[in-house]
Amino acid sequence: MGGYLYEAISAVGETIISNKQMLTDLDAAIGDGDHGINMARGFEAVKIKMQALETENDIGKILKMVGMTLISSVGGAAGPLYGTAFLRAAAPSQGKTQLDVETIGLMLEAAITGIKERGKATRGEKTMLDALEPAYEAFMEGAKADKSVLACLEAASEAAQQGVEFTKTIVATKGRASYLGERSRGHQDPGATSSYIMLQTLVEFLRR
Amino acid sequence: MVGVVIVSHSQKVAEGIKEMALQMAAPQQKVVAAGGMADGGIGTDAFKVSEAIISANTGDGVAIMVDLGSAVLSTETAFEFLDDELRANVKIADAPILEGAISAVVEASLGSSLTAVIATAEGARTLNKC
Repeated sequence: MGGYLYEAISAVGETIISNKQMLTDLDAAIGDGDHGINMARGFEAVKIKMQALETENDIGKILKMVGMTLISSVGGAAGPLYGTAFLRAAAPSQGKTQLDVETIGLMLEAAITGIKERGKATRGEKTMLDALEPAYEAFMEGAKADKSVLACLEAASEAAQQGVEFTKTIVATKGRASYLGERSRGHQDPGATSSYIMLQTLVEFLRR
Repeated sequence: MVGVVIVSHSQKVAEGIKEMALQMAAPQQKVVAAGGMADGGIGTDAFKVSEAIISANTGDGVAIMVDLGSAVLSTETAFEFLDDELRANVKIADAPILEGAISAVVEASLGSSLTAVIATAEGARTLNKC
């Protein structure tokens, strides 16, 4: 599973890196235009650090490394936010070499709580939470219905995508985009978009 | 003496503010710049901030001056890397970074408490320029 998670995180990193321009363009419209550059820089650093963990089986350890690396290398708000999310997700997965629906649910919950605490944000403020909270809820509905990890993540990713669409309809009240006020409406949130892209990459990875 | 840390997205901004603030400081006053990323790029790095806090602390705590957005998030993340004793003795000033830093350094150099240093830094919000 360690190797499997290694590949999953590599896939997420590659998707973020290949969407660098798109994320940066979204951010340039309503922010400081660095989300793609920052996220790509973060996952380039993760790629280098990961090489030392190729044979590591403890999922918590791998996620902790990813979180620490994002915190020190992203540079923008996404660094501490996603970094904290990965660090918190590392707690329920610590010592585990396999993940089931229940553990992933706990990891998502811990990650989202971490993002809310770190960003002092709630849903509806045009942030990554507008993708992640609906994704978590969809995941848990799948979990209640005894669905597979893949089916739960598919539902989560679909809800995240709808969340990204929702961010186009609202005004930003957190982060750099809040300086734009009403002018932020009509644009999709870059952070919600990167969250959705990560979930969708996991889905596609599991389908392979 | 309370230490002062300057957290900016730009290394040059942090270094420049440190340079200006030191003009007003007592000789033993600690002022540490934590600006930019390890690769010199624009951004904030929580590990750089936690190291700066540790080196600015002489036992009386550390006041932290921040610029925008992620400077606050990175500093709060940095707090998680500190030991409990130091974590209880650090605070972010809700103040303009340059004027706040100078005010903080002046107050800290007088030997004031962390609470007083933060209050003085935050007082810089209402400094009139003309």
